[in-house]
Amino acid sequence: MDIFLQQIINGVVLGSMYALVALGYTMVYGIVNLINFAHGEVLMVGAMVSWTVISFLAGSGMPGWAILLLSLPVAIAVCAALNFSIEKIAYRPLRNAPRLAPLITAMGMSLLLQTLAMIIWKPNPKPFPQLLPVEPINLGGPVITVTQLLILLCTGLILALLVYLVNATRLGRAMRATAENPKVAALMGVRPDLVISATFVIGAALAAIAGIMWAANYGTVQHAMGFLPGLKAFTAAVLGGIGNLPGAVVGALLLGLVEAIGAGYLGDLTGGVLGSHYADIFAFAALILVLTLRPSGLLGERVADRA
Amino acid sequence: MMQPMRHRWLAFITAGIGLLLLPLFMQELGAGWVRIVALAMLYVLLALGLNIVVGYAGLLDLGFVAFYAVGAYMYALLASPHLAETFAAIAQHFPQGLHTPIWMVIPLGAALAAVFGVLLGIPVLKLRGDYLAIVTLGFGEIIRVFLNNLEHPVNITNGPRGLDRIDPMAVWGVSLGKPLLLGDYRISSVTLYYWLFLALVVLSVVICHRLEHSRVGRAWMAIREDEIAAKAMGIHTRDMKLLAFALGASFGGVAGAMFAAFQGFVSPESFTLMESIMLVAMVVLGGIGHLPGVILGAVMLAALPEVLRYVAGDIQNLTGGRIDAAILRQLLIALAMIGIMLLRPSGLWPSPERRAATPGAARA
Amino acid sequence: MSFLRVEAVSKRFGGLQALSEVNLSIEAGQIYGLIGPNGAGKTTLFNVITGLYTADGGRFELAGRSYKPTSVHQVALAGIARTFQNIRLFAEMSALDNVRVGCHIRSKVGAWGAVLRSRSFREEEASIIARARSLLAYVGIERYADQRARTLSYGDQRRLEIARALATEPRLLALDEPAAGMNASEKRVLRELIERIRHDGRTVLLIEHDVKLVAHLCDRITVLDYGRCIAEGSPEEVQRDPAVIEAYLGTGHRG
Repeated sequence: MDIFLQQIINGVVLGSMYALVALGYTMVYGIVNLINFAHGEVLMVGAMVSWTVISFLAGSGMPGWAILLLSLPVAIAVCAALNFSIEKIAYRPLRNAPRLAPLITAMGMSLLLQTLAMIIWKPNPKPFPQLLPVEPINLGGPVITVTQLLILLCTGLILALLVYLVNATRLGRAMRATAENPKVAALMGVRPDLVISATFVIGAALAAIAGIMWAANYGTVQHAMGFLPGLKAFTAAVLGGIGNLPGAVVGALLLGLVEAIGAGYLGDLTGGVLGSHYADIFAFAALILVLTLRPSGLLGERVADRA
Repeated sequence: MMQPMRHRWLAFITAGIGLLLLPLFMQELGAGWVRIVALAMLYVLLALGLNIVVGYAGLLDLGFVAFYAVGAYMYALLASPHLAETFAAIAQHFPQGLHTPIWMVIPLGAALAAVFGVLLGIPVLKLRGDYLAIVTLGFGEIIRVFLNNLEHPVNITNGPRGLDRIDPMAVWGVSLGKPLLLGDYRISSVTLYYWLFLALVVLSVVICHRLEHSRVGRAWMAIREDEIAAKAMGIHTRDMKLLAFALGASFGGVAGAMFAAFQGFVSPESFTLMESIMLVAMVVLGGIGHLPGVILGAVMLAALPEVLRYVAGDIQNLTGGRIDAAILRQLLIALAMIGIMLLRPSGLWPSPERRAATPGAARA
Repeated sequence: MSFLRVEAVSKRFGGLQALSEVNLSIEAGQIYGLIGPNGAGKTTLFNVITGLYTADGGRFELAGRSYKPTSVHQVALAGIARTFQNIRLFAEMSALDNVRVGCHIRSKVGAWGAVLRSRSFREEEASIIARARSLLAYVGIERYADQRARTLSYGDQRRLEIARALATEPRLLALDEPAAGMNASEKRVLRELIERIRHDGRTVLLIEHDVKLVAHLCDRITVLDYGRCIAEGSPEEVQRDPAVIEAYLGTGHRG
């Protein structure tokens, strides 16, 4: 039972990180109907920048948590600028091009970012220093580390902020309007370019934070670290219903739980035939199942179908 | 079309002779060069197959390498000692070991890959472009993970170690694994493989061209242009899409079997997502749906890594060892994908109708 | 005996009842009009009849045999061809190729024949080309045969769509606002074309907004409003029907 509860905790933590990235995917898709293939790489850049800042400040004598905190705005700023530029340079010119074009560009962007990261930071994985207390908190059976706790708290806080942003601010209204009907929104005075850029920037900030969380939780960073989480987060977004913000969170939590529990029990369930290395393809299997059986996702799509 | 038929035939024959003699010249420059063009031919084969799915039917397949892997592993299992060494029952039945002749391999590889193509096609039939891309990508990854892990409880694929000691191909009794001696003249084994691949490429080009200019090809293009209108005209879009997947996959399967024989060794590392992406890049950058463009794209991207090897030596020194040939190749492919989509979205050598048709993509 | 009969067709989209208990009965060889204010459900009815949407309820009968319009391509095989309100041509293909695609369901050579270039393939291709050219001539755009469909003028694109639909050898041709965006002389040409189509043995179902065109062309008309039939009859009867006048012009215009 303890193991099960432990996996639940792990699953929720994993799901929280996926949720932050999934939100970025779903917001962008809701507004411009584009899967930003490079989004997972933004997570990676956030982690790498944070690692660079931390390495830089390592000998400064500041307390660990302060260094970590300081790296946050730097990573967010870099990622926001990055995503903003990507949208402006690679996606905006292709808004009216045939569907295949932005898809290819997005894939190229993803590849470019990975390769540049490989060049800048060299291909070998680097340890991400443990800046928070390592001693896990005992919950009477299962344990939770300070890092994991912070991840849950931060995610909760960010989600609350996002809800406020989307529902109670002018920008949020503009985003929702543009997602529903860009032409009419434009007629009402909303500047679509601005809204789209804002969406990319917000998504990047979320991904950057998720990147730092990921690095702190798993203790290592590398140029290819964004690919799988990105893909899984996208699966979560589709699972919940692409374009649907609460859906992205629900999908992400579900996926995180399935992955954690599955990885733990897969070996037992299949009598040793399938080991835990197959956990990675859970996300894909889940994606295929969802898209085959309920393409609009669990909570339903918010994007008008192009019939 | 525009030129008189006679000119076209002349051009084809000249090109044909040139292609046939090419390796004999390159042999003098070094065996490495012949290997490059032989592998380029395999990539052309793959690109032609992917072109059926992406170019004709408009279905973005990001996991095409899965069919390549299926063909390669199929041949590896049917033509190497692995199965006989792992399963006593097989060793009993085949005391000489498992060897499969080429006239069985080609149809088997094509058929097996086609089956996988249909298996992939069925769940994705109703998916829109972006979703289709992700699911096919997932399919490719699923295959790779299985290849990497199917070593317990029964060792089928030998996991990350891969399968080796694969038989070379033999055509009409002549083994392609050894050099051929014509009197005093020595033709290297790689050249022999090149000719086999070239023959397959020519056959594939003919097949693709004939399909393109037929009722089937038109139906695919109708689906690509507007699926609903295609349905309204009575086209059975489900079957046509499955046909595209199956045919495209079959090309991949045959290419895979050839690859396994050529290398003598297969491992999951040869069948990564990067390969699938590169194949899509070949088709799209070359000129989607246009056979000459696709061939151009394949040859360029296949030859690129090797050409870079000569250039990269200097760059490596310049950047203190950070950029090597593999990284440079990835960088250039990424930049090419972005650049060409922004500047010339219909590809480097698009079909004549498309070039004029594509709206100016780089409108600021 | 009616050629196309739909009875009690209903369709709901979430909170909107797009069609309720709609009946339609078309005799063979008629030109039948479907009119009504915007949003009345005309295109929805088209989509239901041709299988693009699935009705929530209702019966469908073509030439006395009932059919279930759930599969778009089956409907085409059964003999109903349509055009679209927003013109859905295969934009990058030539006009000739567009019509050749229309010939698809009445031909049969598959991939094998294509690859082997068998005799039946060559014969079939030749007959397809011939048919396609003659259909382009029939609608009057044969000189644009090799041009990309999207380079054609609006009116010519509409005619191409009709030619493509005719290529499927339909018994019922369903046209969704074929005259939209046309000027007076183009409309006259269109009217002649539709009458020629009827004369050559087909039944035509027509959605249109141009009252004059509908009055001159159609034998009978059904009027829809808010998803319901509010009138049915000859053009004269319908034009005088008070419910129709109210639907188009609002109350206060009666009499």
